[in-house]
Amino acid sequence: MKAIVTVVGQDRVGIIAGVCTALAEFHVNVLDISQTVMQGYFTMMMATEVSECNVPLAELATRMEAIGKDMGLSIRVQREDIFQAMHRI
Amino acid sequence: MLNQHDILQTLDMIDKRHLDIRTITMGINLLDCCDPDPERCCEKIYEKITRCAKDLVKVGEDIEKEFGIPIVNKRISVTPMALVAGACRTDSYVEMAKTMDRAAKTCGVNFIGGFSALVQKGATEADWKLIRSIPEAMAATERVCASVNVGSTRAGINMDAVAEMGRVVKRTAELTADNDGLGCAKVVVFANAVEDNPFMAGAFHGVGEPECVLNVGVSGPGVVYHALQSVKGQPFDVVAETVKKTAFQITRMGQIVGREASKRLGVPFGIVDLSLAPTPAVGDSVARILEEMGLEVVGTHGTTAALALLNDAVKKGGVMASNHVGGLSGAFIPVSEDEGMIAAAESGTLVLDKLEAMTCVCSVGLDMIAVPGDTSAATISAIIADEAAIGMVNSKTTAVRIIPAPGKVVGDRVEMGGLLGSAPVMPVHPESAEAFVARGGRIPAPLQSLRN
Repeated sequence: MKAIVTVVGQDRVGIIAGVCTALAEFHVNVLDISQTVMQGYFTMMMATEVSECNVPLAELATRMEAIGKDMGLSIRVQREDIFQAMHRI
Repeated sequence: MLNQHDILQTLDMIDKRHLDIRTITMGINLLDCCDPDPERCCEKIYEKITRCAKDLVKVGEDIEKEFGIPIVNKRISVTPMALVAGACRTDSYVEMAKTMDRAAKTCGVNFIGGFSALVQKGATEADWKLIRSIPEAMAATERVCASVNVGSTRAGINMDAVAEMGRVVKRTAELTADNDGLGCAKVVVFANAVEDNPFMAGAFHGVGEPECVLNVGVSGPGVVYHALQSVKGQPFDVVAETVKKTAFQITRMGQIVGREASKRLGVPFGIVDLSLAPTPAVGDSVARILEEMGLEVVGTHGTTAALALLNDAVKKGGVMASNHVGGLSGAFIPVSEDEGMIAAAESGTLVLDKLEAMTCVCSVGLDMIAVPGDTSAATISAIIADEAAIGMVNSKTTAVRIIPAPGKVVGDRVEMGGLLGSAPVMPVHPESAEAFVARGGRIPAPLQSLRN
């Protein structure tokens, strides 16, 4: 199963490293990363593989959200299906 | 592969435009709970509901987390209680309502629908018992919703039931006077009621439905409003296309959530109800969509045409996005639950007569409207009859959910709290319809009922 991780927050050193380290601890494999700075905000989107994840997806979403809060970021993990459903016929 | 724009657009809809799944509603058949002993019947009802829906809230919350999309309500609808309780040796069905309430609390759902009777052509003994139990049931319970179908295109309008429902609504308001007649917010009088509606207060599990089923109601007035802001001044063809595209996206989300929930709960997926259901939150209003089309205030001339376009485009956009579309599907226009409608009603632009015209082209009917406390039962019945006639002739669902707020007069406001919002008390015509309502009998089905 694939999930999309979105990270939004004030740009600073170590965001990618921090997020990727956290994901690695949950055994989440990063497949693709794209990032940009929009209106001063760091915005990153990652396509990830969560089949090997060592916690249920709902818990991963909650834990990553909490990790984001500690880093002053908004981190969201959502199943990819929802975006596919909305944007692809 | 998804691109950044798609992902950001979805997140923007959820964060800023109030995009959500309004409800996942589990329909449960209770016909196997019939029993001559009312106590035994209640036990069976409680056991069946809590068994079928024990995981509903948990599964809803998990899906919410995994998809990152709010599922605002988890609800239950059951077989019309008049059918279930009909075999019981008792004169009142208030105990059944209390049982439904208790089961709803155990399951953690905020509303349970199906304290209902279908009397469009005539009422059974059980139907009358249920109808007469409604006021006390609404006062004694918190989460139970009642509905009565008084008319249909096929059967005409049961005017005896219409007359009685006027009295029932009044009595319900009196018994819940401490809360401004809040009980009436949980009572809907229908014509052409649908059997798979996931939205409250009118949801019930029809007899043509399976043992247990999951229906989904989507929402998203804020998303449509935002989309229309990008086509300012353009012709209606463009407006309709924009609404359709947005409705498609919203419905796809409902479809995927419904499919996932039904898989996890092990119950069949029923339908997606493609409705634009507003909330009192700013930016989540159907009225503001109509105003965005170029009306200064909703309720002015042009409102009905704007609503007709919206209602139709929502359906056209949504229908391709789901394999089964059902329920009410269209734009809701509840006054108290829509920030723009509240403002328009308070300014005096939106009046009851205009709302009635709007119900000819919206998905349901006169919804969440507060009227003065001294409005007579006959006037309420006459309002119900008008609305049922619109439904009957146009082969559409119509409904009346009206609150004659005790002690309130025009200009006052009725606070219902939460998603129910607050309703400005609107004036009704003072001239009497007493003699009209007192006739009773049945208004014959119109010619369009003869379709075979």
